Amino acid sequence: MMLDSKVPAGPLAEKWSRYKAEVRLVSPANKRKYTILVVGTGLAGASAAATLAELGYNVQVFCIQDSPRRAHSIAAQGGINAAKNYQNDGDSVYRLFYDTIKGGDFRAREANVYRLAELSCNIIDQCVAQGVPFAREYGGLLDNRSFGGAQVSRTFYARGQTGQQLLLGAYGALMKEVNSGQVKMFPRREMLDLIVVNGKARGIVCRNLITGALESYAGHAVVLATGGYSNVFYLSTNAKASNVTAIWRAYKRGALMANPCFTQIHPTCIPVHGDYQSKLTLMSESLRNDGRIWVPKKKGDSRPPSEIPEEERDYYLERRYPSYGNLVPRDVASRAAKAVCDAGYGVGPTKMAVYLDLRDAFERLGRQTLDDLYGNLFAIYEKIVGESPYSTPMMIYPAPHYTMGGLWVNYELMSNLPGLFVLGEANFSDHGANRLGASALMQGLADGYFIVPYTMGNYLASQSLEPVTPDREEFRQATLLAEERTKKLLSIKGKKTVDEFHRELGLLLWDYCGMARNRTGLEMLLKKIPELRAAFWENVLVPGEAETLNQSLEKAGRVADFLEFAELMARDALHREESCGCHFREEYQTPDGEAQRNDAEYAYVAAWEYQGDDVAPQLHKEPLVFEEVHPAARSYK
Amino acid sequence: MAKTISLTLKVWRQKGPNEPGRFETYEARNISTDASFLEMLDIVNKELTLQGKEPIAFDHDCREGICGSCGAVVNGHAHGHERETTLCQLHMRKFRDGDVLVIEPWRSRVFPVIKDLIVDRSALDRIIASGGYISVRTGQAPDAHALPVSKEHADAAFEAAQCIGCGACVAACPNGSAMLFVAAKVSHLSLLPQGRPERWRRVQKMVRQMDAEGFGACSNHYECEAACPKGIRVANIARLNREHLLAAFRARLFGEYPDIKVLPPSV
Ligand SMILES: Cc1cc2nc3c(=O)[nH]c(=O)nc-3n(C[C@H](O)[C@H](O)[C@H](O)COP(=O)(O)OP(=O)(O)OC[C@H]3O[C@@H](n4cnc5c(N)ncnc54)[C@H](O)[C@@H]3O)c2cc1C
Ligand code: FES
Repeated sequence: MMLDSKVPAGPLAEKWSRYKAEVRLVSPANKRKYTILVVGTGLAGASAAATLAELGYNVQVFCIQDSPRRAHSIAAQGGINAAKNYQNDGDSVYRLFYDTIKGGDFRAREANVYRLAELSCNIIDQCVAQGVPFAREYGGLLDNRSFGGAQVSRTFYARGQTGQQLLLGAYGALMKEVNSGQVKMFPRREMLDLIVVNGKARGIVCRNLITGALESYAGHAVVLATGGYSNVFYLSTNAKASNVTAIWRAYKRGALMANPCFTQIHPTCIPVHGDYQSKLTLMSESLRNDGRIWVPKKKGDSRPPSEIPEEERDYYLERRYPSYGNLVPRDVASRAAKAVCDAGYGVGPTKMAVYLDLRDAFERLGRQTLDDLYGNLFAIYEKIVGESPYSTPMMIYPAPHYTMGGLWVNYELMSNLPGLFVLGEANFSDHGANRLGASALMQGLADGYFIVPYTMGNYLASQSLEPVTPDREEFRQATLLAEERTKKLLSIKGKKTVDEFHRELGLLLWDYCGMARNRTGLEMLLKKIPELRAAFWENVLVPGEAETLNQSLEKAGRVADFLEFAELMARDALHREESCGCHFREEYQTPDGEAQRNDAEYAYVAAWEYQGDDVAPQLHKEPLVFEEVHPAARSYK
Repeated sequence: MAKTISLTLKVWRQKGPNEPGRFETYEARNISTDASFLEMLDIVNKELTLQGKEPIAFDHDCREGICGSCGAVVNGHAHGHERETTLCQLHMRKFRDGDVLVIEPWRSRVFPVIKDLIVDRSALDRIIASGGYISVRTGQAPDAHALPVSKEHADAAFEAAQCIGCGACVAACPNGSAMLFVAAKVSHLSLLPQGRPERWRRVQKMVRQMDAEGFGACSNHYECEAACPKGIRVANIARLNREHLLAAFRARLFGEYPDIKVLPPSV
């Protein structure tokens, strides 16, 4: 299979305008004849659905939660990047592009990243017009903060609740179209299969999570905006319902899965404290604007932080990376935290934590200012840990957070399966091997508001699509499959709960496919994961029935998919014999412990094609061609 | 430091909307005080599962107090007794060994029980659909700095915009009123210059939808504010009343809003 990225010709800065100028359009009268299925109502899905509906398409929208407003995007904290240069600190579209491609360790497609940087400014304008209450200065203009991997302040924010405010904006736009009748909303639905008719994506099969009924929906195109798969690690900062199911089923129907091993471990999360723990909580990267990260200089120092004098503290990020200091990119900060803890300098009851200290900032800025910036984060921390960040440094440790990998898409955000568009965290497109902070919100909204509305038209205008209805054989087959799977899950009646299996899988991946990976560990995973999967199908205990609301059954289906997906993740990590961004192979590092890329052999996107359940998938490579930037060794020193 | 406590739970169990419900008693033993309330329920659910019983169904997702999925009435308090805290952020260190907890779903005729602690809150979505937004299309919006907004207004709008739509205000109100929910959105948008053009229509539409859904009237009990996990203030209700009154006046003077339609209350 030839992977055609469909990047338009011409200079980098003109590609998107050219594309828009030349794209085929669908007339208003014809738009009415098309139905588009959008799965997911996070920033990507909600913005896409609202915009497509405004254009006149009939849009059907699906999500797991009881309301589209509750999608995982709601939890994003710190902010959204845009190259507005409102701070006059030297920012530009080019610099945002360059920071992003460098932050991703030169494993992303240039043209996509450039377009993202270009569109970033439109996003802020659009959101302000919708009434998103971004933080402002006294003069009435918008305020900015800094995020990792950048030397400018380009992050727009709404206290520590930026995702909430952006999503409520997109949700409002979506509900406006529900009211106009252009969108039909289907909440509490879980997509279980993708329907492909004559090689094109034409529908989905969902489980109605209230009645348990399997429902079929047909359309002219399918948009997946189903988020990331960090929950494969069981403990992550993602919402509990975040899953790989939708994109995994699409993969099993022929869509390629790209770079699945590129998973981001976020440096600043509240550390693990007990085996009953159900999730990990992020403390936004924005805290690294004002917080300083340190550990005691003495190994195993058990004095309370207040008793450790200044000269006995090791501000290790400031020491190792003087020019970026506490604002190095996430992969770098996470590995550094792991390194100091592994070497015995960790703090707290488990010794797997480092301090994030706001003392100096309190003195410099005062409590009121810090409350305005981070008030809700402090409140979350205090509720979970029972200690106040006002009186003692926060303890933090890295946790799984974001997945750069996802379904392969071309410049038009369409998968290799025609008619299947993939947006937001669910695709692999813009972040290479490491995403910079405040860039996921930007990507989700760029995809949904500004890209897919154009590329969808181009696709539909160039196709002649036969009528497809849910009574076709393809839907019947897929429904039967889903039914059988459900029956099987309920009939095993084993001895271990779904969560126990999920936790076990998570621990395996955390240990051998987490912040550091090596050949021995990954080869072991490729044996252990299939064993665990077999044990799951023999011994899982799923209570209740199929024809009703059954949360254990929902989880079981998701974990069954994680158990398959994890193997592909390990395989991808094993095949990539280099370190880049978040993918740190211990065999490939510089003498001072930094990631060592191998551009000669691995400057490509690894796109995996499903070949059957017990058959190795086939690897396709999309070479990454850099016309504008020269991949250099990433340095933040 | 973490210790463990044991509690007795009396939990509302109901198989479906049309089935009778009842309280069942469970013991939650050796719960770490560092666990969250939902993690405590996870532990009880694991035991129920291993005993071959059906676990307690409850809505949850972010477990960070922001998605608005979770919620139950604990000993008479929506989201439990801790102020400005969602159920998922309530931690067991706030309880004592031996406590007896009565756990029920939101009670409101507008929120029918779907199963156990899960209720149908779609009425809130329909209120937003009726007009809880600024009607702009995606496209060439003016530069964000074209319209300065005073920090005071922006901050006040943000305070109101923090509503997570969990429905605790409705559950806490003796009349089952959704005024705090509607007031939060009306305040958020009418405080901003971008929201002004639609201000009068918006409030009319949202209030009509709210009434059509069957929510009760507000009679100033302020229970909603006490229960709100985001600390949304009842002052917003005063603003809603003012906006609604003014909108009604204007409607008299300049004619009604003929195109306002009410969405059918049930889905
Ligand atoms: C705690 C936290 C803080 C973050 N902070 C920031 C930040 O400050 N800045 C930033 O840029 N990024 C941040 N991120 C990352 C960012 O929030 C996400 O990458 C982004 O919101 C993903 O949006 P999305 O629209 O792709 O998917 P999501 O918001 O995850 O939405 C997925 C949607 O798909 C639906 N869905 C999923 N599977 C199915 C299925 N099988 N069937 C039907 N529906 C399905 C869900 O119901 C949901 O509606 C943060 C992430 C976390 C976890
Ligand atoms: S689970 Fe999201 S608010 Fe409680």
